Amino acid sequence: MTWAVFAQNIVNGISLGSLYALVAIGYTMVYGILRLINFAHSDVFMLGAYMLFYIDFMFRLPWWLTFVLAAVLTGVLGITIERVAYRPLRQAPRISSLISAIGISFFIQNLGLVVFGGRPKPFPVPQFFSQSYMVGSVYMANISWVVPVFSGLLMLGLTMLVYRTKVGLAMRAISHDMDTSSLMSVNVDGIIAITFGVGSALAAAGGIMWALKYPQINPLMGTVPGIKAFIAAVLGGIGSIPGAMIGGMLLGMLEIMLVALMPTLSGFRDAFAYLVLIVILLARPTGLLGREFREKV
Amino acid sequence: MLGVYNPARARLKLLLTFGGLAVLAAAIWWGNANLSSYNLRILNLAGINAILAVSMNLIFGFTGLFSLGHAGFMAVGAYTCALLTLPVATKDSIFLLAPLAWPFSVITLPPIAAVVCAGATAGLMAYLTGFPVLRLRGDYLGIATLGFAEIIRVVANNIPSITNGALGLKGIPSFASNLWWTWGCVGITVFVISRLVNSVYGRSLLAVREDEVAAEIMGVNRTYHKTVAYVIGSFFAGVGGALMGSLVTTIDPKTFGFTLTFNILIIVVAGGLGSITGSVLTSVIYTVLLEALRPIEASWRIGPLRVPEIPGLRMVVFSLVLLVIILFYQRGLFGGREFSWDRVLDWIDRRRSRKQGVRA
Repeated sequence: MTWAVFAQNIVNGISLGSLYALVAIGYTMVYGILRLINFAHSDVFMLGAYMLFYIDFMFRLPWWLTFVLAAVLTGVLGITIERVAYRPLRQAPRISSLISAIGISFFIQNLGLVVFGGRPKPFPVPQFFSQSYMVGSVYMANISWVVPVFSGLLMLGLTMLVYRTKVGLAMRAISHDMDTSSLMSVNVDGIIAITFGVGSALAAAGGIMWALKYPQINPLMGTVPGIKAFIAAVLGGIGSIPGAMIGGMLLGMLEIMLVALMPTLSGFRDAFAYLVLIVILLARPTGLLGREFREKV
Repeated sequence: MLGVYNPARARLKLLLTFGGLAVLAAAIWWGNANLSSYNLRILNLAGINAILAVSMNLIFGFTGLFSLGHAGFMAVGAYTCALLTLPVATKDSIFLLAPLAWPFSVITLPPIAAVVCAGATAGLMAYLTGFPVLRLRGDYLGIATLGFAEIIRVVANNIPSITNGALGLKGIPSFASNLWWTWGCVGITVFVISRLVNSVYGRSLLAVREDEVAAEIMGVNRTYHKTVAYVIGSFFAGVGGALMGSLVTTIDPKTFGFTLTFNILIIVVAGGLGSITGSVLTSVIYTVLLEALRPIEASWRIGPLRVPEIPGLRMVVFSLVLLVIILFYQRGLFGGREFSWDRVLDWIDRRRSRKQGVRA
């Protein structure tokens, strides 16, 4: 492999990894607070892309405004999902909310197939993103630096939110001990709603950027990136935000490198993600940065 | 009169059990002869779902191992059974990408032997994968087993000399379109698993589910018991997969995605964790409901108004029904309770005494 090809793969790996990281954050935030694997997250990811598609189709607004609107609306949708499907089950056994999440995921996918149609739709990609040029001998489209830079900014913003604001403090308090924080006059329901809103907006951003990279959208497009992002979250230690970022980057990079270094194994690409996951879990049963839990007797 | 051995009632219960079995056998015999092939297919599918649900209930409901690997073990069972039952001539005609590997290319077994082999292969696979991952806890175990199932699927996609790759296998002998086969296997599964969970082993499994550390202190070898439950559950998952392959007659790797596992998980939870009765009945309800909703997709005519046909609406309504069940029956429809003659007889006694105005 020449240096140019290697650099090219690094660029691709960073780009894919940052998308995984962005979606993984949504999984990890919800898990950190509710101990719930939000299987509907991958469908929220899909809805984000469709949201942009339809807003763009109907209103023809400036692109950045369309993007913001789509992300905000998807965030509102995430809050609605939490209100309808998860909040009534907060005191129920944990498996009930998990099944509820699976049910919501089925519901969104099937509704999507009915409303949007099963046929893939061409995603509107502004000229700017697809423009490409050569840097040295590396081929670069604008999209390949926009994705990591923009995801990086979003993650920075999220980190500020979680570690520098009062809302973030409340989130961390709830994730530590929900009952005690509610006694300390933290508005648990409100904070959980915000968490879902933020996570869903990030998923929407991820879905839109995914669609810019692969400009075909269909109602089941969230499944594969969703499950990969979830693997990334578990890799990094589910519940930990820096863990989700590291896990996402690691997974994206490893996947691209596997295909680049061993093209004969490219059919095994999807299995590889799981293999990495299992190997890391066997070495560290709670992921890279996961909280260790001690057995009490 | 709980706990008092009553020989008359014991005889009555035995009689009722055999009577019930005879009625079921008569129903199967009647159904095989008289039901349309469409209705038979639904009932067969319900039976297969029941096998899968009861086996998952053993792993998750009784032992508390959150395992999402069912689809993988089903795939192993389905492929094993298909490769062992397909006639050699058919094998030659479907393996276009690469010739079939040796032992499978020359042998054809009778269905019973093939189904047992399918279960055994799935069980062996469970033993090999369970050995490392059963150390993991809770959701981490779930995602690791899901990972194994997906790895099995991707591997099946990439070894054409055994699985025929993405093309899958066609023309699998359809012995499972017979109610005796599917519901017979349900009977065996329910018998084996209910005997297991009501034995000393079963008590140990429950102890592991409730508190691993306490169980270990009481002398329960948790690794051993977890492995036993996992392997036996996966054995029946393999059997269910084998029957499903034979019922549908074509299999390919896409059939065994994690959505399949989720469907079974939904049946198990909706039926009630730790209730075999719940798993079996919910499988039937689930399968029949899915088919019964078909008419809502057709075009409707309300007076002059004509609603066009909406393909896929069935699944939308179905997932809504599912959500409602989960939101309102949080412990599942049967919530860990089991059917027993004692329960029925007690209920009849209570009714009779109430009618006579006597307080029991």
